[in-house]
Amino acid sequence: MTLNVLYFAWLRERIGLSSEAVDTDAETVADLVNELREREDRYDLAFSDMASVRVAVDQELTSLDASLAGAREVAFFPPMTGG
Amino acid sequence: MQVRVQSEPFEPGEVLSGFARERTDQGAVVTFTGVVRNVADGLSIMEIEHYPGMTERAITGIVETAMERWSLGDATVIHRYGRLKAGEVIMMVATCAPHRGDAFAAAEFLMDYLKSRAPFWKKEVTASGETWVEAKDEDEDALGRWSTSDQV
Repeated sequence: MTLNVLYFAWLRERIGLSSEAVDTDAETVADLVNELREREDRYDLAFSDMASVRVAVDQELTSLDASLAGAREVAFFPPMTGG
Repeated sequence: MQVRVQSEPFEPGEVLSGFARERTDQGAVVTFTGVVRNVADGLSIMEIEHYPGMTERAITGIVETAMERWSLGDATVIHRYGRLKAGEVIMMVATCAPHRGDAFAAAEFLMDYLKSRAPFWKKEVTASGETWVEAKDEDEDALGRWSTSDQV
């Protein structure tokens, strides 16, 4: 499947992209993160502290163990600071 | 219900005077306005990034939860993104209800959830550099007081 993967805030800056199309067979968000980390150092660094990374699948906040079945868009970002 | 995510400035007084104007059954109107604060070493700019699409969706979900939980006549949330200077209005929450208890509680609930569940990220830009604002544990803890059966 092809996922639209988005990065925000310091994840965007560290990876150097705001979005990209990723061809993957990852079953969960955690699998996708592992695939990305193996690609290049900048991904490995950006995802080195997963306690400070949040994820949304198809614009719904979820957890790392979430399934990617049927997913189209996955976004990674730091804890939110609205208000 | 109104949810607006925009880069343009807005005038809180105008929002307030238009809010719940046609409603004669609402005895209480509560508003909160968030303003960019100057920091010790002189904040020059606050950059606010967001996730277009998810932002509107997340805020709408939070407002819907508030409308179900409290007896509200109406609620409005306006949140800006982009580059803001100290003193500029970032966001505003308005609630109205027949009585003040519901209006106050719902406004606080909305603020607590917007802080850590709406996809915005703030970066402070000063003469000494740029820093992403870190989420505070107390903001996450603040959600605890609303936990019953509702989850946003």
